[in-house]
Parts: sequence; structure tokens; C-alpha cells
Amino acid sequence: MTEKITKNLALELYRKMVLCRKFEEKVAELVNKNEIYGTTHEYVGEEAVAVGVCSALRNNDLITSTHRGHGHIISKGGDIRYMFAELLGRVNGCNKGKGGSMHIADPGIGILGANGIVGAGVPIAVGAALTIKIKKMDNVVISFFGDGASNQGVVHEAMNMASIWNLPVIFVCENNQYAVSTSVKYSLKIENISERSKAYGFEGKTIDGMDVLEVYNNTKEIVNKVRSENKPFLLECKTYRYSGHFTAEKILNLNYRTEDEINYYKSKCPILSFSTKILNDGICTKKELDDIDNLVINQIDEAVDFARKSKSPEPSDALKDMYATEYTGIPQKGWI
Amino acid sequence: MRNIYYLKAVSEALFNEMEINPDVVVIGEDVRYSLRGITKGFIDIFGPDRVIDTPISEAGLTGVGTGAALSGLRPVLEFQICEFIFFAFDQLVDQAQKLRYMSGGKLKAPVTYLIASSGARGGMAGQHSDNPYPYLLHSGMKTVMPSTPYDAKGLLVSAIRDDDPVAVFLPVNSLGTKGDVPEEQYTIPLGKGEIKKEGKDITVVSTGHLVKIALETAEELESSGISVEVYDPRTLLPLDRELLFKSVKKTGRVIVFDDSNRTCGFAAEVSAIISEECFTYLKSPVRRITRADVPIPFNAQMESFVLPDKEKLIKVILKNF
Repeated sequence: MTEKITKNLALELYRKMVLCRKFEEKVAELVNKNEIYGTTHEYVGEEAVAVGVCSALRNNDLITSTHRGHGHIISKGGDIRYMFAELLGRVNGCNKGKGGSMHIADPGIGILGANGIVGAGVPIAVGAALTIKIKKMDNVVISFFGDGASNQGVVHEAMNMASIWNLPVIFVCENNQYAVSTSVKYSLKIENISERSKAYGFEGKTIDGMDVLEVYNNTKEIVNKVRSENKPFLLECKTYRYSGHFTAEKILNLNYRTEDEINYYKSKCPILSFSTKILNDGICTKKELDDIDNLVINQIDEAVDFARKSKSPEPSDALKDMYATEYTGIPQKGWI
Repeated sequence: MRNIYYLKAVSEALFNEMEINPDVVVIGEDVRYSLRGITKGFIDIFGPDRVIDTPISEAGLTGVGTGAALSGLRPVLEFQICEFIFFAFDQLVDQAQKLRYMSGGKLKAPVTYLIASSGARGGMAGQHSDNPYPYLLHSGMKTVMPSTPYDAKGLLVSAIRDDDPVAVFLPVNSLGTKGDVPEEQYTIPLGKGEIKKEGKDITVVSTGHLVKIALETAEELESSGISVEVYDPRTLLPLDRELLFKSVKKTGRVIVFDDSNRTCGFAAEVSAIISEECFTYLKSPVRRITRADVPIPFNAQMESFVLPDKEKLIKVILKNF
């Protein structure tokens, strides 16, 4: 993993991570002001995983995402204007205001949907990989899931099927160490979730998910391997979320993590450590990074502005988009 | 026109679709050797890439079907036993059925669930005898339950060609029945019911294998001077309301004869619709004959006690006169 990083790549990884971070900070602000309806699950702290993985993909590679999915969508090329519009429930949101934070889908750029049900996207990713195999295409599927999802039965079923059918899917476990309030120290008897890959008959690896370069380089190598060998792979990225499980968790006062622990991981911030590294290595200048920060902040302000100016759907649009092949009489309204 | 078994009609519909469209694949447990007989011999023609045996992983294989459908295939998933859908509930109603809507119409999941033997076949007790379609209807999933070989072939083709998830319940008690079926491929549109027998005194809304029983009953009661109309919705969702209302308005009396559970079952929904839309035409209350709200018991006498049958139908019809 000593491949020399080019300036373009370094700046792009940095830009995407900052975009993920600033996006989430803005989202939290809008949730707290009740401008975003409901709540969201912020990706703050985990940016290196989504950015590292998705930067190593082609446009036509597919992903399934999770409830904590904004970072995945942004990293795969999602347009934050339509993401903000979705979060504000507007008609030109990614999902026309019908999905909200946990369900952003954009098949045009390979996003088969984020998912509000933990683990549910994993067999869907395997199904997409089955299509790739049957249609003899050469793209791959990434299935993001968390340490919590690793204990869902359907994830086990999906990994086993991917293995016996030799499918081009990479299971990316974002182990942020907590399933809501439950620590992996409680829910797992093994140190690394990647060890489970052995039981299915394919390879696995655990890496530092706070290091974007490590994630990027590993993913590059694994994607090539999976593409050429048509075998699944389980890549576990150890990471940490700085926020609660969801935006307003603080008020619940759950205290399942110590301040010391949170501060420790904040000191390993993926953005700060990466910028320090590329500055120290002389790959870029402080000014170049500052310029990116400013660009991102402007981009976010413009996107929020775009979303705010977007139209709300008609309430009766609630009865649209249910079926691809339509029939009169369905869906039914709940009244006459 | 040939006289063939229901099961053969189903098999033929699927086989022909696989020949016509290379995106159609069949995924399920024991589909290579074909425990149910629907896909017998398919492996030799279409190979293991399109006749895909899965491990015992009902939730997982349902998710695989969704992912395959989202990305360009048109999978047909076989569930050997209707209760297997319970394993897959999240993947059916929370994933496949919701993804299109929740994506604002961006995603499309053209997947068919072939529930290869639904209902009580006798002696299989509580976990192999359900008719669980109300659960899926509740979620808005398109659902068909053909009662004849002819309907089975035409409806399955429509289900496969439909761009949404469609559940196809094959009543276990119909699989061994025979009927006339054309050799060529044809479709019966979803949402089109059929009056299987015209009558003027009472409408029996009947589904699945109970259609045959309703027809036999109608014939028997003819001599007693009761003229029974037999309406078979064929598709449970979307329901052919127009044809139903026409029949009810003509006869003014309705019995809903359905082999799913009573509470919030299909019969409950049909009864509610009729009372909302045809109230002033009714000469007597809508009656339901359903299975009892208990797991199907093993003992044969208890089993027939809880299931809808001809005897119960005749009794309720006579009571309404």
C-alpha cells in the first residue's frame, strides 16, 4: 500500500471528505431548526470509508447503502442539490420527497438505494451481482453495512449465496463499533468481523477506516481482484461516528460512550489526519486545501438555497409512483 | 386446445416466458430437480445461470430477487411452501414492494413470487397449510390466484411481464385439476375478474380452489330453484370491482367464499367494499365463509371443521333465502 498518491487524487479525496462532513453539519443544523422533517443519521467521522471506497469505483459499479447513507451517496457522485431537496421533502428531491434521508436512490449513478432496515440492502446487492454475472458484465457491487447489520440473519444468507455463486460483490462493513447504543464488545465474540468471510469461503480483511488512503488503495486492489476472479470479498473498515445514532440523540442522555472515547477518535479525524499528511508530504499547499473548503461551503449554501426554492409536491402526489405498471383502482385512498 | 393439468399450464407459461425473454430467470429451492414439478427439466434447457437453486435462505433469496430485478433481470422466485414468505417478510413488503414508491418512481422491481402450493393439502398441520395472501394485499402487492389451468397460464404470463412485484398464489388443491389450455402463449390481464357462472339470486365471490366448489354448489342448487352466480376475481389486487358490483347489483345477495383467515382477510375487504358501494342494492347482509382464525389442525376432522367447504356454503346460501 505504498502507491504514491497523485496531487489530483489527494485533492479529490480531500474535497469529497470535506463535502461529506460539511453536508452533514448543515443537515444537523437544519434538523435542529426543524427545517428538515424527522431526523437523520449523520456520517460524521466515517468519511474516509465512503470516500475511499467509492473513489476506487467506476461510474457503472453499483452500491447499496444504509440508514447512515449520505456519505455513500455523495461519494458515489450524488448531486447534493437534489439530496438537500429530498431532505426538505421537495418535488425535485432525489425521491420526489417520498423517501427522505434514509432512502436516497439514484440508479443512473449506480445507487440502488439506501435502506432504513439494517442489513436489508445486503441481499439486494447480491442480487445485483447475480445480474452482472448472468449478463456477463464486468462491473462490481459494493454493499455497505454496519457492525450492527453483521448480526442480521439475512446478511449471513446473502454472503453465503454470493460465495457459492461466485459473485462480484464486495461487502464493506463499516464497523463504527456501535449498533445504536450496543457496543461490538457486547454483540461480537470475535475481534474482527472480516473473520467471518472464512466461514463463507472467501477472503476478508480488516483495515483502518479512518485512513482514506488505506481504504482507497485496498478497495482498488480488491475491486480488481473481484472483477477478475468473480469472488466476493469482505472488507471491514474500523471507524467511528462522532455524532449520536441520530441527530437528536443527545437529548436522550444515553451515555453509552465516554467523552474520552469520543475525543480519542476525534483526534484521529480522517479529514484532519489526511490533510496533515498531504501537507507534510508536500503534495499540496494549505491554500489549495483552504480553497477547497471555501468551494465546498459555497456549494452547500447554493444547494440548500436550491432546495429551499424548490417546490413542494402536491399532497395528492402521495398516491403516485406506487406501481410501474399501473391499473385503475390502485393504490386505494383511505377514504371515499 | 388441450386438456392439461393446472401444474402443467403453470410450467408451460414459465417455460415459454424464459424462451421468449432471456432476462427471465427462476430462483428458488429445489428448482433444478423441481420438487413441485413446475421447473422440471428446465435446467437442461436453460442451464444453471437461469435455473438457480438457492440454499435454504428464504429472506436472502427474496432480497436477491429484488436486487436482480432492480438491475435488469426479471426473476421468478419459487416458494415451495406458502409459509416461507414469512421468513422473507421484510424483503417482500418492506423492500421489494416499497422501493419503487420510496424512490419516487426511480427504481423498478419486476419480480414474480410463485407461491407454488398455497392452502391446506390435508394432514400438513399449521405450518404448511396457510393462505397468507392477505398479508401481501395489505402491503399493496399485486396478487393473483388463478382457479383454472387456463387462468393460471395467462395470469402467470401477465405477472412475469408486469414491471412490479406480483405474487402468484397457486392453490395446492388446484394443481392436480385439469382444463383446456391453448398451446400458444397468451395473457389474461391483471385486475380482470370473470363470472364463471351466471345466476340471478345470489353472488358467490369465490377464490382459488373454492371456485370449483362454488360451481359444483351452484349446479346442485339449480334443482332447488336457487340460481347462483359465481364471481372469480382471479386477481385479488387490483380487484375487478366493476364486475363485482355489477353482479351484486343484479343479485342483491352476496356470500364471500374465501380460504384465508377471517380477521382482516380477503373476504373482509370484499365485504367492506360491497357495503360501501352497493349498500342500497343488498337484500340481506353480506356473509363471509372463511377458514377459522386458528392454525390448521392436524387431525382430519378438525381440519375440515375449520376450512371453508361445500357443506358450509350450501348451509349459508340456504339460510339467506
